[in-house]
Amino acid sequence: MTDTTSAPRSFQEIILRLQGYWASKGCAILQPYDMEVGAGTFHPATTLRALGPRPWSAAYVQPSRRPTDGRYGENPNRLQHYYQYQVIMKPSPSDLQDLYLGSLAAIGIDMDLHDIRFVEDDWESPTLGAWGLGWEVWCDGMEVSQFTYFQQVGGHDCRPVSGELTYGIERLAMYVLGIEHVMDMPFNDPDAAIPLRYGDVFRQTEEEYARWNFDVANTEMLLRHFEEAEEECNTILSQPETDPRTGKRIVMVHPAYDQCIKASHIFNLLDARGVISVTERQAYIARVRALAKKCADAFLQTEAGGRDA
Amino acid sequence: MPDLLIELLSEEIPARMQARAAEDLKKRVTDGLVEAGLTYAAAQGFATPRRLALAVEGLPARSPDLREERKGPRVDAPDRAVEGFARSAGVSREALEARDTPKGRVYFAVIDRPGRPAEDIVAEVLESVIRNFPWPKSMRWGAGSLRWVRPLHSILCILSDEHGARVVPLEVDGIHAGDRTRGHRFMAPEEFSVSSFEDYAARLKRARVILSAEERAGKIRADAENLAFAAGLEVVEDRALLAEVAGLVEWPVTLMGEIGAAFLDLPPEVLRSSMKEHQKFFSVRNPKSGRIERFITVANRETADHGAAILAGNRRVLAARLADAGFFWENDLRVARSDIMQWVKALDQVTFHNRLGSQGDRVRRIVELAGELAAPVGADPALVREAAELAKADLSSEMVYEFPELQGTMGRYYIEAAGRDRAVAAAAEEHYSPQGPSDEVPRAPVSVAVALADKLDMLTGFWAIDEKPTGSKDPFALRRAALGVIRLVLANDLRLPLRRFIDAQLMRHKRQLHREADRAERDALIEITREIARHGFFGAAFEAVMERLRGRKEAPETGEGSLLRGLEGRVPGLSEDLLGFIHDRLKVFLREEGIRHDIIDACIAMPGNDDLSLLVKRARALQEVMGTEDGENLLQGFRRANNILAQAEAKDGVEYSFGADPKLAETESERALFAALDEAEAKISAALEAEDFPAAMAAMAALRGPIDAFFVEVQVNTDDAVLRRNRLNLLHDIRKLCTTVADLTRLEG
Repeated sequence: MTDTTSAPRSFQEIILRLQGYWASKGCAILQPYDMEVGAGTFHPATTLRALGPRPWSAAYVQPSRRPTDGRYGENPNRLQHYYQYQVIMKPSPSDLQDLYLGSLAAIGIDMDLHDIRFVEDDWESPTLGAWGLGWEVWCDGMEVSQFTYFQQVGGHDCRPVSGELTYGIERLAMYVLGIEHVMDMPFNDPDAAIPLRYGDVFRQTEEEYARWNFDVANTEMLLRHFEEAEEECNTILSQPETDPRTGKRIVMVHPAYDQCIKASHIFNLLDARGVISVTERQAYIARVRALAKKCADAFLQTEAGGRDA
Repeated sequence: MPDLLIELLSEEIPARMQARAAEDLKKRVTDGLVEAGLTYAAAQGFATPRRLALAVEGLPARSPDLREERKGPRVDAPDRAVEGFARSAGVSREALEARDTPKGRVYFAVIDRPGRPAEDIVAEVLESVIRNFPWPKSMRWGAGSLRWVRPLHSILCILSDEHGARVVPLEVDGIHAGDRTRGHRFMAPEEFSVSSFEDYAARLKRARVILSAEERAGKIRADAENLAFAAGLEVVEDRALLAEVAGLVEWPVTLMGEIGAAFLDLPPEVLRSSMKEHQKFFSVRNPKSGRIERFITVANRETADHGAAILAGNRRVLAARLADAGFFWENDLRVARSDIMQWVKALDQVTFHNRLGSQGDRVRRIVELAGELAAPVGADPALVREAAELAKADLSSEMVYEFPELQGTMGRYYIEAAGRDRAVAAAAEEHYSPQGPSDEVPRAPVSVAVALADKLDMLTGFWAIDEKPTGSKDPFALRRAALGVIRLVLANDLRLPLRRFIDAQLMRHKRQLHREADRAERDALIEITREIARHGFFGAAFEAVMERLRGRKEAPETGEGSLLRGLEGRVPGLSEDLLGFIHDRLKVFLREEGIRHDIIDACIAMPGNDDLSLLVKRARALQEVMGTEDGENLLQGFRRANNILAQAEAKDGVEYSFGADPKLAETESERALFAALDEAEAKISAALEAEDFPAAMAAMAALRGPIDAFFVEVQVNTDDAVLRRNRLNLLHDIRKLCTTVADLTRLEG
């Protein structure tokens, strides 16, 4: 367990403290999902597990990609690749706000000196057909987290309701560590034999991806991949439930959902390339949402989705 | 007489919903109490970020006993009827009383409804109010099914009188009402119990919660003004922001901070937008220079360091925001000074609408229309075209990308920086106006021309692709655009035949929509557009061009089903439909001025109805005259003449429009009417010529006497066919003359 009585000294220490804190509150500490996603919500541990009646409690770091936010590593806090810390608890416990505030204390924010506020911010993901009510949490005027009670996912009412917490870790860490430019932030312990800053790890990649995202990504290929992912998702879900090889009932929700995630990310890349017009945008979002909806429908027909519960 | 105190403690309620929720709680609870027989002396609702509260004074301890008597069947009625009556009244047959009435002996049921304790009623009412509360958006949480704006944590509900307080027994989805609450989330989170409203308010204050939103707002305002005053500065007033901030804190602590010197040269609008939108800061201005130099933030707590860490944090967040803004500003200025036209070119890459083309296409259309509008608006055409071309340049700037609400404002700064004429810069800012019904209308001619062109281009575009507003759906704010056109025309007293400009702009959209058409067709479209300026409307321009095309070798297809014939069939209808839409908005607009819709209809039916200034002048005069006794009576006389004439025309199958012969006049009043019509006609036509509608209306109203006298003395449908025909022709003259002023047949009442 890390020492939570002193101020954290690095980006990774803040992550480790969050992991320790939420582990101590009983969350399963999962690992990042191994696909490109725009936010921690896309991890099936949130999107799919928020559905159905089974209780759930998990926390994880999720690398997130937003191609349009790339700034070649020059902007003090905008990145096309960054980390979110995600906590999901179903049903949402009645002391979730207090648990959340405890996590801020754990990463070194002194509640007696700072001004924490819950400011209305309703969350909606048109691509996931999901929405919820909650707040953005401010610390001294700085948005440090999103706090949401899921009401619907994939078009289905969430019963019970999940509570979701999302921390933008870079921004939160910069605040706690008093750093002005993300690339200057200590990644590991500044006194380590090889001290690394965030920029040592990510400046070059930000440049490379920004160039690729904005100017080079092959849009014809991406458009084709979008279609293929959409088709594969539909094909997977249209298979008979009984697996001919094993004779078992196997609904392949997760493989199908991977294709939905893929389509969503490809859409984001196409958007960054500027090849999607305003109206086409809506149509693409609707297509991804249709996939998410089908995956949600199918998940509810599985054991994890509470079929036999 | 007990008092009632209710508090519903929840997680943070959105600021914008609090005031309404406090009112709804008060209204719904007190309505429910009164309905159940509990009257009260006074009630007051409260809201903070975490709680709704209601104090009701002077309730009776019980609702009054009620006795109701119901009359039933006669005693000799069949058994079944008597028993049915007893059952429906809820009493036993034995309890029915037989009484003598004028109709004989009849059964009566006496139903006693004993009063109920206030506790029971309050519990019932409150549960129903909680379960049916009208939040704009509500949610479920955990495993429960109750809906509230955010998770509801506790219910405090007590009745208190001189003997003390007692909890109203009540349970909603597992939450039991009690007499306990909590103070400030961070400064006094412990639970405590309360015994009355006074006790509650006082204990809350000790626990760092100011219950009243007005008191919180008042404290924020006073503290902010004191802080600013002490530094020789003043707070920029912002009521909406004050109300919002008062809804974000239970214990407001006002702190003032410096805006870094590096940012003080940013335009004040940028500073304000950045501080208000993102941070909910108040701006603090130096009254001498007018510059914004500091900010005020409102924290929700006191701290041992007197807010030092909070202020430092806020200042850092602001510095990061303003660094962004400053970076945009510097970059933008560099572009504006060196080559502002690159922003205009960049608009070609921005889709305005998938069918209406890019922002660049839109700007080119606006330039053409604004150029045509320059003369009637009284502006220099070259300046107008320049202004229209640059009006949307700032949409390409980084600042507007970040703060869309600064569109126009930044345009003015950047166009000035580019060294262009001030009128051109002002038009960039003003051409979006007027946005709402109370927004100021531009007066500078260049701005007016561009503003009109901007709005007419929107309207004609969405008409051309048939995306008109329907019902409550108006995603492109076309009603607002139409109202904008109306207000621009009227406020500037412009004489503008709109049809001509609508037709021309519809044609420009058609050019856009048919950009795949062949060369000759596109050339013909351009030619028609140009001809509209000369002929005044599409039809004549179309005919003129078709005439010309007949003699040409490389003429486009003009037969049935061709592009050009399609336009001939479509454009005039679209144009009339859009004008009708504008007329509908005009009716709504004039209704606020007290002008009746039928009055406007009577004027819209007249020629020149696309000239809104003329139309309104006519309507105002008609409203005025119809308010006089002469006017009212004239209308009666007109109707009588019109009815008799219409019936005769229907019966005889002819139109009596040959003109009446004064020689056939038999009576004095008939001769007088001939004379009066002659006199009125001269006056009316002169007045109409001079657009002096009040004079024309007065001359028309003066006919009232002669018309009334005529109807008193003369029988129109006489047996003498010659006389009858002449009199009907005379009635026709009345109708014809009156309807040159306004279409009186459309008036109601």
